[in-house]
Amino acid sequence: MTKNLRVKSSGYIDETNRISFKFNGKTYHGFKGDTLASALLANDVHLVGRSFKYHRPRGIMTSGSEEPNAIVQINPGTNRTEPNVRATEVEIYEGLEASSQNCWPSVEFDIGGINNFLSPFFPAGFYYKTFMWPASFWEKYEFFIRHSAGLGKSPKSSDPDIYDHRNVHCDVLVIGAGISGILAAKNATKNNFKTLLVEEKNELGGSTIYENNEFNKIDNKAPSEWLKKEIEELKDIKNLEIKTRTSVAAYHQYNYLLARENLTDHLEAKDKTNKIRQRLLKIRAKKVILATGALERPLIFNNNDRPGIMLSSAIKKYSEFYGVVCGSKNVFFTNNDSAYESAMSLYNKGINVEAIIDIREQSESKIVKKVEEAGIKIYWSHSIVDTAGYKRLNSVSIMKLSNDGTSVTGSKISISCDCLGVAGGWTPAVHLYTQSGSKLKFDEEKKVFLPNQNSSNQISVGSCCGDFKIDEIIKNLNQKLKETLNIKETDLDNIKVEIDEENTKRNIWLLPSDKPLGKTKPFVDYQNDATAKDIKLALREGFRSIEHVKRYTTTGMGTDQGKLGNMHALGIIADTAGVKMSELGTTTFRPPYTPLTFGTIVGRNVGKFFDIFRRTPMNDWHIENKAEFENVGQWKRAWYYPIDGETMHQAVQRESKAARESAGILDASTLGKIDIQGSDASEFLNRVYTNAWSKLAIGKCRYGLMLNEDGMVYDDGVTTRLGENHYIMTTTTGGAANVLGKLEDYLQTEWPELDVYLTSVTDHYATASLCGPNSKKILKKIIPDLDLSDENFPHMSFKQSKIGSIQCRIMRISFTGEHSYEINVQANYGKDLWEKCMEAGKEFNITPYGTETMHLLRAEKGFIIVGQDTDGTMTPIDLQMDWIVSKKKYDFIGKRSLYRSDTMREDRKQLVGLLTEDPNVVLEEGAQIVSELNQGPVEMLGHVTSSYFSPNLNKSIALAVVRGGKDMMGKKLFIPMENKNINVTVANPVFYDEKNERLNA
Amino acid sequence: MFLINCPYCGERDQQEFKAGGEAHIERPKQPTELSDDEWAEYLFMRKNIKGVQFERWNHAHGCRKWFNMVRDTSNDEIKAIYKMGEKPPSQ
Repeated sequence: MTKNLRVKSSGYIDETNRISFKFNGKTYHGFKGDTLASALLANDVHLVGRSFKYHRPRGIMTSGSEEPNAIVQINPGTNRTEPNVRATEVEIYEGLEASSQNCWPSVEFDIGGINNFLSPFFPAGFYYKTFMWPASFWEKYEFFIRHSAGLGKSPKSSDPDIYDHRNVHCDVLVIGAGISGILAAKNATKNNFKTLLVEEKNELGGSTIYENNEFNKIDNKAPSEWLKKEIEELKDIKNLEIKTRTSVAAYHQYNYLLARENLTDHLEAKDKTNKIRQRLLKIRAKKVILATGALERPLIFNNNDRPGIMLSSAIKKYSEFYGVVCGSKNVFFTNNDSAYESAMSLYNKGINVEAIIDIREQSESKIVKKVEEAGIKIYWSHSIVDTAGYKRLNSVSIMKLSNDGTSVTGSKISISCDCLGVAGGWTPAVHLYTQSGSKLKFDEEKKVFLPNQNSSNQISVGSCCGDFKIDEIIKNLNQKLKETLNIKETDLDNIKVEIDEENTKRNIWLLPSDKPLGKTKPFVDYQNDATAKDIKLALREGFRSIEHVKRYTTTGMGTDQGKLGNMHALGIIADTAGVKMSELGTTTFRPPYTPLTFGTIVGRNVGKFFDIFRRTPMNDWHIENKAEFENVGQWKRAWYYPIDGETMHQAVQRESKAARESAGILDASTLGKIDIQGSDASEFLNRVYTNAWSKLAIGKCRYGLMLNEDGMVYDDGVTTRLGENHYIMTTTTGGAANVLGKLEDYLQTEWPELDVYLTSVTDHYATASLCGPNSKKILKKIIPDLDLSDENFPHMSFKQSKIGSIQCRIMRISFTGEHSYEINVQANYGKDLWEKCMEAGKEFNITPYGTETMHLLRAEKGFIIVGQDTDGTMTPIDLQMDWIVSKKKYDFIGKRSLYRSDTMREDRKQLVGLLTEDPNVVLEEGAQIVSELNQGPVEMLGHVTSSYFSPNLNKSIALAVVRGGKDMMGKKLFIPMENKNINVTVANPVFYDEKNERLNA
Repeated sequence: MFLINCPYCGERDQQEFKAGGEAHIERPKQPTELSDDEWAEYLFMRKNIKGVQFERWNHAHGCRKWFNMVRDTSNDEIKAIYKMGEKPPSQ
């Protein structure tokens, strides 16, 4: 029963290259050059999918990226599977498999089809209206709705393909390689503009390449022949890059565009391996020429969605370009002359055209006369009122249209057919144009939205700006090219064009039926099953804004973004509400124009390239010694060093004890380091820190607290004076980049008169922090000739020295409260330094400790960590650090804010220590603190910011911020947890060695 | 994505820049002389105009210099760019 549906194509199909592929498990054959859609049509397969809501059988409707129905799952069940792919865009290759979506158990017999018969119960907003009550049931409803919602299936294993990003710069970007795009690109390159021409299809030429109206001529040749010669000439032009299979997804401001170049999707599986599948082109163009063409509109009539009902232009393309006839008994339904060209295409190939139904009263163009002469019956002023055929169209019923187009009269005529071509005119593809921020205006005569106010250096040419006839295209293109490229002549100046004039038009957005609207199904959005009825219902229910109607009815919200039906939706709304389309406007066209894969969006930034990470020079040692790591900003920091299967708690307890009892060593290389030089360096520090710096002696260190202008603590760290005009500042690990940025900001914008130079040297030094009562002995072993006596090298001072021949900077500073040294060497000696310390410390059982132990040790001393104990709402006064705020300095960043009424409130949250009644109970960080335990709501006084079990004190300790906490010393508070309440007492936040005796131990 | 003409480096992609809020808000020379309200005016109050706005920008991933920009926030047209300390162009 196989019919031969192949006819002679215009040479784009390689009939010597037969390809087999599977669709829904069945093997079919096509030829190289076929799309999945053309190959299926050649096998007489129209039914390819089911609609989203009603599960109605749907067929291939178009031949391009606007396809609403034929969306398929490619290579189902494999790790390369991709859902929601338009069959009209898939080039077939040997071994391709595809399946229908949204149907179960099969597209031929789909249980969900019951929804079609229940459709009176599924009006617009059905889900909103039905699943509102009772509110508590939503979670149950959601389970079932989620189950039936969604299209296609995502792959279950990771993507085997490689994706890429590339930056592209050009003088002129031409989007679309139809006749306008080709001529624009050719003339731009001839005038020495570096030009990029992109085309979403795999062939150049657009629709002109299969143009067949014998009454249209360019230089006395058929336009298709003429254009083929032009394309041939493009190949020799330098300065022109052509990218096919490349779809522009987004057009942003300043002529920044994103395009997806498809490199391997059309190749057999064996040829896909180790190649880049898709590449995202990030294009910056000086000028953009939009030649995106136009999309044919369907007509909106009762049951306009059956398999076999297609766009008239698609039928022509399948016949002329792919050599495939879509039906054996064809009927066309039109409001313009283009359907007559499609009809002649079939007629000339010996295919039966039963009739043309035209809503116009007449047309006098030559092509129409030709059709009449061919003996094809034309029904003028008629409309289709219904269609029949469940899985394939088998007939249409037509009636005479009234003069005003709102009703039908006379008797019904039924015409048997298996394919219907609909031609509702053309919609310029202005999606990218509006994405760029440019504005449209409605042309009442052509019934289209046209480019009006350009937002950037761009022009629209050809049918995307409403020029549908070759003579207007060439004339307007020529003029625009001269203006935008600033050139005097082009090779379009002497082209002679003859065209077949079309002079009658009639546009009816919603065609009437003999049945009332409520009993009909005129689909406006095929993919989402939105009908004209739903749109009118939305208007009756009070929706007025086009954006609201869209969301309520879901018109234009499918994967096709309503490329076919949006104009009709607008037209129906305008007619029903009695407003002009120009006043109604359009919905917003958002990127991407066609869907992008996640792979293309992320490119190479996957796996370990997902985010940058930074490692210290000692990193290898930490790995060799089995450290666990934690992320601090982008840094990977050693967290703790478990031995023999220790838990984190056990490791941290051991490390903490060792650091206080003998010696510990910490990799502190991640601390931010900023080199500050210049004759005003001291003055600068005076202004950015809360304390005074002018009198700091050379070779001395000082702790500083940096505020924001709002008085809140921003960062802290120790700064060392290396020379008269030379300091080295340390910042927190996470704050380093922001602190530098903030200091540069003040220097450049507020205090440009200061002679100060800042250099980030974080990565230039490796830092080992040696701490504990034996740290001095260890350092002595490493640098025997350095005098480490308290007189020569006291706490908070600095020495420049050498370890062997390696220069080092040593600061005697402490974040643990123990006697300790921070040793800085050039970064590439970091691991050597660390190993030397470990070797020298062996006899003292030197213990490497990580960030967790560092946090515990400093908490025992009540030292804050900016960002843990502070959160951008804590002043130094709140932290009980009044001692660090200079009263004498006239000004520093944030000073004035410390005297605002709000920052001076007594009942602000203040940092305190907390001790639990049961010393073994460790509080949870973030736990809430209250003063009473009533049943009802109680005021939250604050929260726990740091909490540990201290092995050195053998009890639980915590830091917390508590409202008015300063005056609560000794007061009992409560921490309500899920299963219990914990009793705590407010304490001094310095838990250990309050007199700082250990610093000099 | 803007194309920003850094006054020190030339045209660069917006990715390299950081926006820094409203321009021409000078830090008071004598903060201690100000009332709470006057200080709050400097500290908190910023304009958010639909239309022509004066902004600070920083070439953070480039020369790290701050400069000023006049931008129409309704269509993102950059009307002028000038260095810190220079007078804003008259509208």
